[in-house]
Amino acid sequence: MAALIDMKLVSKWYGDLHVLKECTASVTKGEVVVICGPSGSGKSTLIKCLNGLEQIQKGTIIVDGIDLGSPKTDLPALRSRIGMVFQHFELFPHLDVLANLTLAQTKVLRRAKAEAEERAMTLLKRVGLEAKARSYPAQLSGGQQQRVAIARALAMDPVAVLFDEPTSALDPEMISEVLDVMVALAREGTTMVAVTHEMGFARQVADRVIFMDGGEIVEDAPSGGFFEQPQSERARAFLSKILAHTAG
Amino acid sequence: MNYYWNWSIFFDPAPDGSATYLQMILAGAATTCIIAVFSAAIAIAVGVPMGIAARQSGMVGSAARAYVELFRNIPLLAQMFLWYFVLPELLPRDLQILVKQSPDGPLVLGTLSLGFYSAARICEQVRAALNAIRAGQWQAARALGLRPVQTYRYVLLPRAFRLLIPTMTSEFISIVKNSAVILTIGVMELTASARAMQEYSFQIFESFIAATLLYLMINFVIVAIMSAAEVLSGTEADRSATRTHRGGKHG
Ligand SMILES: Nc1ncnc2c1ncn2[C@@H]1O[C@H](COP(=O)(O)OP(=O)(O)OP(=O)(O)O)[C@@H](O)[C@H]1O
Ligand SMILES: [Mg+2]
Repeated sequence: MAALIDMKLVSKWYGDLHVLKECTASVTKGEVVVICGPSGSGKSTLIKCLNGLEQIQKGTIIVDGIDLGSPKTDLPALRSRIGMVFQHFELFPHLDVLANLTLAQTKVLRRAKAEAEERAMTLLKRVGLEAKARSYPAQLSGGQQQRVAIARALAMDPVAVLFDEPTSALDPEMISEVLDVMVALAREGTTMVAVTHEMGFARQVADRVIFMDGGEIVEDAPSGGFFEQPQSERARAFLSKILAHTAG
Repeated sequence: MNYYWNWSIFFDPAPDGSATYLQMILAGAATTCIIAVFSAAIAIAVGVPMGIAARQSGMVGSAARAYVELFRNIPLLAQMFLWYFVLPELLPRDLQILVKQSPDGPLVLGTLSLGFYSAARICEQVRAALNAIRAGQWQAARALGLRPVQTYRYVLLPRAFRLLIPTMTSEFISIVKNSAVILTIGVMELTASARAMQEYSFQIFESFIAATLLYLMINFVIVAIMSAAEVLSGTEADRSATRTHRGGKHG
């Protein structure tokens, strides 16, 4: 099957800092890919390149048949078709939950207000927050805010959803409510690329795990294989740390 | 002190053609209000886009930052003289004659001067408020497909304005106070009217007490309007959002 997201030999620098080194990977439709690796290894940078939030200096990224590097590409239009969920939720605090979900639907997709609100309410129901439609982000718990943020991304009917450590800013008791939503999405066939250290989630629903270190994709393996027999010494060291931490 | 108080002076005829001193000083207050409203409008219309421009890299950003440095660092009085004495000389002839002969020439040039001076200050405040918004907000808006203009229009500026209401309030009050500088180029605004009244009538205390009260009233109206704006814009929800974020478990 043709890849939905396809990156080849992607390199990126911040000034002199070489943050991505010839990264090559692809994601097919319906696949769930988890990216993990030590802090500073370039995971966030990598997924921000996938919707053009960060620019690359070398290589190619093709998403749904569109070359991100081409000057003809309408990046905002492309971004509207890729959902993104952030570590710190990034809901718009001056807008209530409903308006957070309808803003881009009406301004970017040009949906009518009624249609956008209907879509928003359907998704809020799906994440169990229809009662909070008129609340402001500040009135919600972290877990609730992140579920709203997921609903906001889904409201655009994206071809894929990117997650950047969606649970790492949450208190432990709120992590599972967000992971449950993500697991449900994965089971429904949503194409997902998730930077996360939730290895339980990765084992449960990921098709593949990409392990990054020092700006390189060190391993790209089916999730079963990655956990049972990591190929590289760096991945083994990383896993033993993460798993020890999770167990403890 | 042998001061002869005479509050009824306000109902005496004024020598400048106004029916009474009261009308003369109220006319001065009206002129001050006109200067303040138009200067504030210029300051916002120029300062807000400039604040956005100042955040950009390249030529646009450098130009905006240079503007701020230039207008902030030259005393307002000197700027006013430049606008009044130098600028007309640089204009095309027809316009030059119009500016020099129009009785409103000093008022217009003075208002422009105060407007562009205040614009530099508003620019800095807008820039600082925009910079105080977490980068993630910009990324979240862009990730949804909003274009830069839409991101400013629907996400960043509404948030910046909520942060800016207190500083804007004092900025508008400064504009009212700074409007008195315009008397140096011959505009009969409130302070000039009070001084004229004192010169004609010798009632210095009455004149300046009246001016003080009128300045207080104008500023009271500004504070009231801005407080209403603060309530209407739901600043409270926003403030508590900032609190939760700070208190949250953020790395
Ligand atoms: N805007 C930036 N300017 C300069 N350097 C940056 C910038 N953003 C990230 N970096 C650097 O690039 C490297 C990769 O950062 P990145 O955020 O992608 O790592 P990460 O794998 O997501 O780490 P973490 O697990 O801590 O989130 C780091 O060394 C970081 O300091
Ligand atoms: Mg990161």
